[in-house]
Amino acid sequence: MKHSPTAAMGRVIGGFTGMGRKYGAEWWILIIGALIIGGIILMALLAPLIAPYGPHDQEAGPQLAPPSSEHLMGTDNLQRDVLSRIIFGARTILGVAILAAIISSVVGISLGMFSGYSGGAFDKTLSLIMDSVYSFPGLILAIAFAAMLEPGIMSITIAVAVIYIPTYFRLVRGQTLTIKEELYVESARAIGAPNLVILGKYIFPNVIATTAVVFTMNVGDAIMIEAALTYLGLGLPPSIVDWGMDLAMGKKYLPSGQWWLITFPGVMISTLALGFTMLGEGLAEILNPRLLER
Amino acid sequence: MLFILLTIVFAVIRIMPGDPVSAMLGGHAPDKVIEQKKEELGLNKPLIVQYGNYLWQVAHLDLGTSMIFKQKVTSAITDKLPATIELTVFGMIVTLLVGVPLGAYAADNRRSGKDYLIRLYGIVIYCIPVYWLGLMFQMIFGVWLDWFPVAGRTSPRVFVSTFEQTGLYIIDTLLINDWKALWDVLMHLVLPSLTLGLTLSGIFIRLTRANMLDVLKSDYILAAEARGIRHFSVVYKHGLLNAFVPILTMMGLQVSLLMAGAVLTESTFSWPGMGRLLLERIYLRDYPTIQGVIVIFALIVAFMSLLVDIIYALIDPRVRY
Repeated sequence: MKHSPTAAMGRVIGGFTGMGRKYGAEWWILIIGALIIGGIILMALLAPLIAPYGPHDQEAGPQLAPPSSEHLMGTDNLQRDVLSRIIFGARTILGVAILAAIISSVVGISLGMFSGYSGGAFDKTLSLIMDSVYSFPGLILAIAFAAMLEPGIMSITIAVAVIYIPTYFRLVRGQTLTIKEELYVESARAIGAPNLVILGKYIFPNVIATTAVVFTMNVGDAIMIEAALTYLGLGLPPSIVDWGMDLAMGKKYLPSGQWWLITFPGVMISTLALGFTMLGEGLAEILNPRLLER
Repeated sequence: MLFILLTIVFAVIRIMPGDPVSAMLGGHAPDKVIEQKKEELGLNKPLIVQYGNYLWQVAHLDLGTSMIFKQKVTSAITDKLPATIELTVFGMIVTLLVGVPLGAYAADNRRSGKDYLIRLYGIVIYCIPVYWLGLMFQMIFGVWLDWFPVAGRTSPRVFVSTFEQTGLYIIDTLLINDWKALWDVLMHLVLPSLTLGLTLSGIFIRLTRANMLDVLKSDYILAAEARGIRHFSVVYKHGLLNAFVPILTMMGLQVSLLMAGAVLTESTFSWPGMGRLLLERIYLRDYPTIQGVIVIFALIVAFMSLLVDIIYALIDPRVRY
């Protein structure tokens, strides 16, 4: 076996296409999704280096200029460079969506495990609450939360996180109910393991795998909800750069034909959501082909 | 479910900072005026008393009176609800017309280029936010091509008062035989319902495709093929009719997505429905109206899932309760 960089590269590519042959289109969906996400995360991290102007720079160029070589995505009504705002805006939306998904998964998974494991009245009450929230339109709930909290990153994150808690709760509770009847849990209890140890060592590792797919899909969905809230003017103060807010601002200039103001933020929101959805789809098909058939 | 949601909403909007009195009077009103107003609205009573009063009202089908405008919440809602119903019904029609045939077609041509293309469309359209699709439609078909109006339910010159009976403008204009007004109403519906319908069509493509794949594998499809029935009618008559039962169940679950989409579509197209009512009143901290709107949304979701169960039993002779 050769050890040159090209040979290593060849093996990596060979591995990729090999996986491609094994899983078919799903594998490529996963890769494309991962590439999109990777690209946008990189863009967000390197924002100060690659953005041609500052996101708040009000003298970046002429007012409402169409895309040109100096301003690839044009400028807005306050003479700010749209491309730079897009680059910096990626930080907000990614941060909020990922943080929201983390919060809702931590809360949802732990509540689901405790509820499913303990059973009884606690379980019944909590399930009832979660089912009610689950069946209600999530966005409308998020609107209510976002509107009531002071605008800020934390508020919008909470507003988005709240609506996904029931998703994790239902998934994890259902699995916990099955797993706690398994023999290995039975035997752990028989040798006197405390409940917390059983939950942490025997149940948690078994439920965490399936939540990975849900988590990825969840981030994709949270991206659209975050942008929806800020598009409606909720959740964030105007000082923060955000795609949804830029979209709402561009809406005012739609009748006069400034197409670049709404086109680019929207394309970015869709692309980012698409990245996470594709990654989730690919993961789901490869890890557990039955999950999506529900 | 309704009761739990009511409780959550009641608690959330009162725990959070901001109240209707300061939203109404501005931040610098003298304390005395604020106290007086609070007493008038019953906001000085303990929360538990307010909560009890509210539940009592709702149990009597009274959603209270708006704190900002001297208007019954129920009448504000009956004003706006027909607009939302019209939008969602037409959105659903678009979704079904696009999603079900495409899904069935993809299943019939499984693992072909057409299948992948349709599934790709399904994923992409799912990821396009409904409000952005609306904006793009407004730009392309409203501003550039000038084919369709982009805001409201009617043109300004159409006198709504002449046909306002049910609030569903299509039925109203038909009742008084005003074809010109009907055309105007329909033209206003095109872009909003296309926007709402298309964004949901992706989910329906997936559902239809998955269910069709199962159905097409079954013995009666093979038997139908063997008897020499045309392939088209095997797939779209024998197959699709059988796949439709689970699709219908899923439709019940999509109602909440439809409602969320409607709120955003209304905001984009200045559609005077429930979503706009909710947003306007949220800024004013108008507790009774916010609660009322959420109750109605919850009622719609509950009612639709009941309706789906009933239809389910009607069209599938195997289901007997």
